Amino acid sequence: MKDKKHLSVSAIENGTVIDHIPAQNLFKVITILGLDKIPNQITFGTNLESKLLGKKAIVKIADKYFERDEINRIAIVAPHAKLNIIKNYEVAEKMLVEVPDQISGIVKCVNPKCITNAEDVTPKFKVVDKENVSLKCHYCEKITDQEHMQYL
Amino acid sequence: MKNKSLVSINDLSKEEIYSILDLAEEFEKSPNPKLMEGKVVATLFYEPSTRTRLSFESAVNRLGGRVIGFSEASTSSVSKGESLKDTILTVANYSDLIVMRHPIEGSARYASEVSPVPIINAGDGANQHPTQTLLDLYSIRKTQGKLDNLKIVMVGDLKYGRTVHSLLMAMSRFGASFTFISPDELKMPKEYKMYLDELGLKYEEHSELAPNIKDADIVYMTRVQRERFSDPMEYEKVKNAYILRNHMLEGTKENMKVLHPLPRVNEINTDVDTSPKAYYFTQALNGVYTRMAIMALILGLK
Ligand SMILES: [Zn+2]
Repeated sequence: MKDKKHLSVSAIENGTVIDHIPAQNLFKVITILGLDKIPNQITFGTNLESKLLGKKAIVKIADKYFERDEINRIAIVAPHAKLNIIKNYEVAEKMLVEVPDQISGIVKCVNPKCITNAEDVTPKFKVVDKENVSLKCHYCEKITDQEHMQYL
Repeated sequence: MKNKSLVSINDLSKEEIYSILDLAEEFEKSPNPKLMEGKVVATLFYEPSTRTRLSFESAVNRLGGRVIGFSEASTSSVSKGESLKDTILTVANYSDLIVMRHPIEGSARYASEVSPVPIINAGDGANQHPTQTLLDLYSIRKTQGKLDNLKIVMVGDLKYGRTVHSLLMAMSRFGASFTFISPDELKMPKEYKMYLDELGLKYEEHSELAPNIKDADIVYMTRVQRERFSDPMEYEKVKNAYILRNHMLEGTKENMKVLHPLPRVNEINTDVDTSPKAYYFTQALNGVYTRMAIMALILGLK
């Protein structure tokens, strides 16, 4: 089993491995971190077995280390994600993501009558529930929950 | 409060609320202080709300200030597609304070972030209308002598009613207890009931009006709007359940007052108007003193 996993997603020499991403949110993680716009070598695997999540995804980004607040952005779609910082094929450090208190510019406000959906205004939210991730709009004060989340 | 915008009732501390009400009381006693001489207030009404606009304009005039503005977006530069930000930045050059009514929710918060002069939110869609809540608080304190530990009965559209939601949030800070009377389809949303639960405040829910106002200090009526109902038959069933009539006031408390944000349609029968418990027209008058107080404090004139 362990060997098969190694075959499906190859090892990297230096960089970051993001593990325990819910399979259905893999592409959201890619978008949120802007991985679709960087030149680094990226490999990913999805629908891998996971005791915790049922099906999980994993992303390996060569030669890239993230800032703390950058990585916390993915907490809203992958609250259980684990990061392995790889140096010289070895795990040099492990990190967990933390759902931030506030987020800005990642998620759309669910309210179609909100100013952020009417004019060129960056949506900002207060995270009111970190467990299930629900967000209160700084402008219209409506709640956007995980189920209705759309990404910018 | 000096130079601060007023976007939501929740932005105000209890002390700030009291200072607004105290100053409103002072203005009620001498309603024409020339404190705002040389000041210009812009009233930007992107959707019509004649009452609110007139109340603000009356307040500015009583303070000796001047008013500029528009009352319909379709006749202004807005119809040419100018962004809210550009309008605010432009109008801020012409005024010391901007009063804005806008159909888009969150527009007032946004305007307050881009504006170099203070913004007073005169209603942003279904979101906030803090000056209405402050005049309600003023009316409640004036008629009850206090804000603490009162029994508030809210009647009508409790689901979409912005005024009842804000009043609930405000009065819950003073330890009120509540009775909600509404048709099933227009019940108070769960989030507000959860909020009261968290604070340990009592509330009851009923669908009948007359038997449930006996121990009320305040009966806050709102309109049940036909367009809120998916089924017109449902509306027909409930519309008459919420007409307050004079005979229903028998046996209610001596100090009880009937409030309504106005305009009313038929939810308060005109035979209530002569009752000493009818307070909705005076409530509207109180709006002028309250708005005078808010503007004077924001402009640092008091
Ligand atoms: Zn919003």
